[in-house]
Amino acid sequence: MLQPHIPSGTVTDASRLVRVLKLELRGITKRFGSLLANDHIDVVVEPGQIHCLLGENGAGKSTLMNVLYGLYEPTEGEILVNDKPVSFRGPGDAMAAGIGMVHQHFMLVPVFTVAENVALGAESTKAGGFLNLEDTRRKIKEISDRYGFDVDPDALVEDLPVGVQQRVEIIKALVRDAKVLILDEPTAVLTPQETDELLDIMRQLKSNGTSIVFISHKLREVKAVSDTITVIRRGKVVGSANPGDSTTALASMMVGRAVNLTLDKAPAKPLEKTFKVKDLTVIAPNGHHTVDGISFDIARGEILAVAGVQGNGQTELTEAILGLQERVHGSILLDDVELVGRSVKDVLNSGVGFVPEDRSVDGLIGTFSIAENLVLDRYDQPPFAKGISMSPAKVLENAKSRIDEFDVRTPSGLLAAGTLSGGNQQKVVMARELSRPLRLFIASQPTRGVDVGSIEFLHKRIVAERDQGTPVMIISTELDEVMELADRIAVLYKGKLVGIVPAGTGRDVLGLMMAGIPQEDAASDHAVKTDRAAKTEHAANTDQAVQPDQTFKTDAAAAEGRATSSPEGGEHA
Amino acid sequence: MSATATSPLPGRGSPGTAPETGKIQAASGKPVLWKTPVVLSALGIVAFVFFGLMGSGQTAKFGISTGGDFFQLPALEIPAMAGGIVLSVLMLGLAAYAVYLKTQNRPAPAWLTITFTVLFVAAFLIWVVGGARTPSISLAGLIAGSVTLAVPLVFGSLSGVLCERVGVVNIAIEGQLLGGAFTAAIVASITQSPFVGLLAAAVAGAAVSMVLAVFSIKYLVNQIIVGVVLNVLVSGVTGFLFSTVMQENKARFNSPPGLDIVEIPVLSGIPIIGPILFKQSVVGYLMYVAVIVVWVGLFKTKWGLRVRAVGEHPQAADTMGIKVNATRFWNVTLGGAIAGIGGSFFTLVAIDSFTKEISGGRGFIALAALIFGRWNPIGAFFAALLFGFADNLQSIVTIIGTPVPSQFMAMLPYLVTVLAVAGLVGRSRPPAASGIPYVKG
Repeated sequence: MLQPHIPSGTVTDASRLVRVLKLELRGITKRFGSLLANDHIDVVVEPGQIHCLLGENGAGKSTLMNVLYGLYEPTEGEILVNDKPVSFRGPGDAMAAGIGMVHQHFMLVPVFTVAENVALGAESTKAGGFLNLEDTRRKIKEISDRYGFDVDPDALVEDLPVGVQQRVEIIKALVRDAKVLILDEPTAVLTPQETDELLDIMRQLKSNGTSIVFISHKLREVKAVSDTITVIRRGKVVGSANPGDSTTALASMMVGRAVNLTLDKAPAKPLEKTFKVKDLTVIAPNGHHTVDGISFDIARGEILAVAGVQGNGQTELTEAILGLQERVHGSILLDDVELVGRSVKDVLNSGVGFVPEDRSVDGLIGTFSIAENLVLDRYDQPPFAKGISMSPAKVLENAKSRIDEFDVRTPSGLLAAGTLSGGNQQKVVMARELSRPLRLFIASQPTRGVDVGSIEFLHKRIVAERDQGTPVMIISTELDEVMELADRIAVLYKGKLVGIVPAGTGRDVLGLMMAGIPQEDAASDHAVKTDRAAKTEHAANTDQAVQPDQTFKTDAAAAEGRATSSPEGGEHA
Repeated sequence: MSATATSPLPGRGSPGTAPETGKIQAASGKPVLWKTPVVLSALGIVAFVFFGLMGSGQTAKFGISTGGDFFQLPALEIPAMAGGIVLSVLMLGLAAYAVYLKTQNRPAPAWLTITFTVLFVAAFLIWVVGGARTPSISLAGLIAGSVTLAVPLVFGSLSGVLCERVGVVNIAIEGQLLGGAFTAAIVASITQSPFVGLLAAAVAGAAVSMVLAVFSIKYLVNQIIVGVVLNVLVSGVTGFLFSTVMQENKARFNSPPGLDIVEIPVLSGIPIIGPILFKQSVVGYLMYVAVIVVWVGLFKTKWGLRVRAVGEHPQAADTMGIKVNATRFWNVTLGGAIAGIGGSFFTLVAIDSFTKEISGGRGFIALAALIFGRWNPIGAFFAALLFGFADNLQSIVTIIGTPVPSQFMAMLPYLVTVLAVAGLVGRSRPPAASGIPYVKG
């Protein structure tokens, strides 16, 4: 997989090599009101390199790239293409200069076909402005064949898996002859296998002379693929690094202080099983089973981490436990008390602590003070309330001690919670949920959009809660986090439980499970999976939808073939 | 019709192509519901009891040919009660088939619903005509009249399609129609040229639309509110000018020369189809042209692809170098011009003078037609025809003296509107960014 797949006839294409592009950002500054998002940033992207911009969420990487792509106008500074200053008044100018961008949230029209999406903005037309999609289809096919993308130009984008949608985005840039491709957090939505394939594609693009600006905060990927690394912190370039540098060194540079990336976690000492879920099914308003017959249990003093690509039923699972879902079948027992059918308030009062996946929507009220947010669950109980009156003094007192205990960086508990940084907001949510005696603790995406420093702290608190003898359930789409925290790992795929495996299960096996392949198969598959030939066979054996003339299917597609066909159909030599 | 973005494409459920649960739901379609079989069965029973058992003993007569046709077809004569029973039994059969399909967990196909609707309308017609004092109507007249009444609706809904496809909700269709009607009347009266009046109507409609565009696109005012305010404003201004200017000097300001009916020789003599397609005013012919041009433009050209992209995912369009707000502005303006032409129909073709509120709420029916037609010009055209049909039917039936009180018949177009939009549309999907202003960054 590490060998770049170099198709014949492309690298030697002289015109391609001549038309490379050197890109330089000089003193770029971008202000939004009083916020300084980029502060005199200098970056040089050499032709044919994979240049990584490493930085935490909110460090200003995406802003910088939006400036480069012409979406924002810089407050100061200039962009040079092949040493000539240019000014981009819109993405159209940037594209004309040979810059393409794949946004973190895909810029694809879901109800359009692949061809229509690729054509948009650079349409080939016949006389009279009539669309010539045939021409676009041909171009898509050409690029698709060259890089082995396997994209059907006539598929509706909304029907495509996320990984394929991303390829459509890349095709969009390549059709426009991009010489520099900006990839903004491209792996955030991918399974580990899809990620590996993307890294492979990036190497191929590089070998064809395309430079890549790779924006990421995931150190493993950055180390695997980059030629040069520029580290950005709080809107400033803090230095360059080598891909060969240690992960800890890179992380420390990114955060600005020494960080300990490995969690010191004693082995779990599971006690009795107090939380039991049996045959849980959640039915969406449209009749689909978003959670489909799931059974598992969690012991006191144990962390069960639920892994899976986003949107495979995790949200519905937690909402069902909380009592937020309407149509729930099956049983959820906490301390032998049935939770299905009870109100949210009842569930919370029976000792469930819950950190929702989107803190700004479900976890906090941004315009309320930190102190008020810290008592959202107990504002009507003593000591915060007496009869119908609340006691602000007690609320503030509570806030002070929680802020100290959880190291929330704020001058005062009276500030609106919305003004805090992501990490500090998450600490407020966590502080509130952990300040009651708990019988079950559920944290969904506990460290999403949180700086590395806070991640360390939040992880320690979660483990501390486990060590007090609380059953803990973590839902995370970040495989690193799952592997870090879990004592056992449950993998969800399309609402079904693919399996529960012990901590220490390999990343590859987990990745395949996240694509729906049961553990036993995933383990053997991992052994067999050495080259694409195996996958061809695999895909052809399992997926009836595979066309005979297609050379190979992607991991994800193969995995889906496996998931949709009968279990017997999934066997292979 | 184009399969690109218009229909939800049932049966596209290629299982297992999307890892996200949300996407899976979209891909494999909605589950089969009891709604359609139950509604069809209920309607079938209603038809059997009212149109069949309670039908009149008279024979309903439907004239097909008119005097001008170059060959004559005999009139259809149907005994009312027998006709009602036969048709309602057929309907009940279809309903039973839908129930059977549901038990097999299969949805009722589109042809079934359409055939059922046609049968229901036919049974209703036979019942109403059969019960009238003079049980005879001209089918040709009924249909040709429906098209005529539908003309402003079609223009109005095309305006709505153009605006919503680009992401702006146009509640102001009513105001655009009314503005067009007023301006056409006054300009044609002064210049004594209906064609100048027609042009002026387009300009007036565009002007109303530009106000909507500026406020909703540039100043981000809620589009619904701007639309409603515009309707009230245009109604007030035209009403005021009508009583202060037009009434004072009717000969000079409110007697526009009308647009004559242009008959195409030979072709206009074809029974039923002739009068519909080849015996229209200039505005009527323009309607057919507009429907086709807008449809081809939206689904076959570069312009249309960009317009739809802006209405579905403006950010994606922006990142592809398309100027989102400029596209929106000009499309909304164009929509207004089209609605304005529709408005001129009232004063240049239907009646040759302006009166207060001459558009009479047809802008809102046009809005319903656009939704019923699923944001597709051709769909909107047929939806508008349906409403025109209901409108025309109630006036004809009142004339021939039906036992149903005329007030109830007058409710028919609106009843059809509500039923059509609420029940028959199913889960249609408006352009995703419709009604949402686009702010960069």
